[in-house]
Amino acid sequence: MADPIHQFEIIKLFPIAKIGGQQIDFTNSALYMVIAVAGISAFLLGSTRGRAMVPGRMQSMAEISYEFVAGTLRSSAGSEGMKFFPLVFSLFMFITTVNMIGIIPYTFTVTSHIIVTVALALLVFVTVVAYGIYKNGFKFLKLFVPSGIPIYILPLVTLIEVMSFLSRPISHSVRLFANMLAGHITLKVFGGFVTMLSGFGLVGWLGATLPLALTVALTSLELLVAFLQAYVFTILTCIYINDAIHPGH
Amino acid sequence: MATPTTHTTSSVGQAPHPKSFPPFESHTFASQLVWLTITFVILYVLMSKAALPRIGGILEERRGRIEGDLAAAERLKSESDAALAAYEKALSEARARAQAIANETRDKMAAEAETRRKALEADLNTKLASAEQQIATKRTAAMANVQGIAEQAASAIVERLIGMVPSQADVSAAVSGVLKH
Repeated sequence: MADPIHQFEIIKLFPIAKIGGQQIDFTNSALYMVIAVAGISAFLLGSTRGRAMVPGRMQSMAEISYEFVAGTLRSSAGSEGMKFFPLVFSLFMFITTVNMIGIIPYTFTVTSHIIVTVALALLVFVTVVAYGIYKNGFKFLKLFVPSGIPIYILPLVTLIEVMSFLSRPISHSVRLFANMLAGHITLKVFGGFVTMLSGFGLVGWLGATLPLALTVALTSLELLVAFLQAYVFTILTCIYINDAIHPGH
Repeated sequence: MATPTTHTTSSVGQAPHPKSFPPFESHTFASQLVWLTITFVILYVLMSKAALPRIGGILEERRGRIEGDLAAAERLKSESDAALAAYEKALSEARARAQAIANETRDKMAAEAETRRKALEADLNTKLASAEQQIATKRTAAMANVQGIAEQAASAIVERLIGMVPSQADVSAAVSGVLKH
């Protein structure tokens, strides 16, 4: 049976440099990042080149993506949050695209590596903390002190708030990573059943139809998950940005 | 985060790869981070400098165009409404004026006719009165003449018949008596 972990392996394509004892290579992961960025840019810039007043299909899709993310950000962080629109939009498009590419067989899913999702979550976390302190100064700490709480349980609530705030990048990154990883492993396992059973002659062929049907169903489920996790990552980013702008609960 | 996993190399066919869980192989982290940084920065710059301003501009332009068109339609509609109202006002005014002129003319004509009729009537009345007076004088004159002629004729007839002239007073009385009948 095929190894369901094999698909996550980082394969060195060619070396680039050695910086501070760390070998930097161009890997399959890097290749798919480049493909995703090139694809997003080609899609958004190519489809809007005509600046048509009445959009065609591709331009319409580009506009829908724009308005979808803009609407999400504006509804959760207000119009002040729109200064983070390029960041949120880039995050959404990048994660959606690499997730979707990952559904295609024989491809590599960039977000199935925790280092990538952690880096993206930390980018959001650092941005939120930096902007929150820059914008609100000391008042940013009000985020941890909810108003209207009796004074005798306030220390406990504040402790919980601090812990939940600090655990945000962990849950933010692990959610995406784990969903991508688990989905792909499941798909691979069921796909493996199909090949394994089909080796047992006619009965095996008949028996393989069940995991095959499940694989098809799971693929459509994974399409949903790929989009949904990108959306969840985006909307959590919007909520965290809202905390940076309006720290008072 | 994850220490380099030192699995016991399992013997499932794959000799060159030490079996470990790829997402936790920390020696791949640096490459991934470097390329994630490079690609994401490029994506961010392309989005913030080129793609998003362009799409935002397109949407803004379209919204402006639609709003402008709606405003123009609204303006044209109110203009046509105003024109219609003005037209109806002018029409009703003209109708009222025509009515007034007709009434005035009718009244004037009626008054004129009335005065003319009255003048004519008065004229006719005076003419009638004078004519009647004339007739009366003529008749009295004629009557006076008739009596004289009758008296002369009567006295002449009597003279022929009896050969003597009757007295003027008798003839006069006789003629008057006959004329009274």
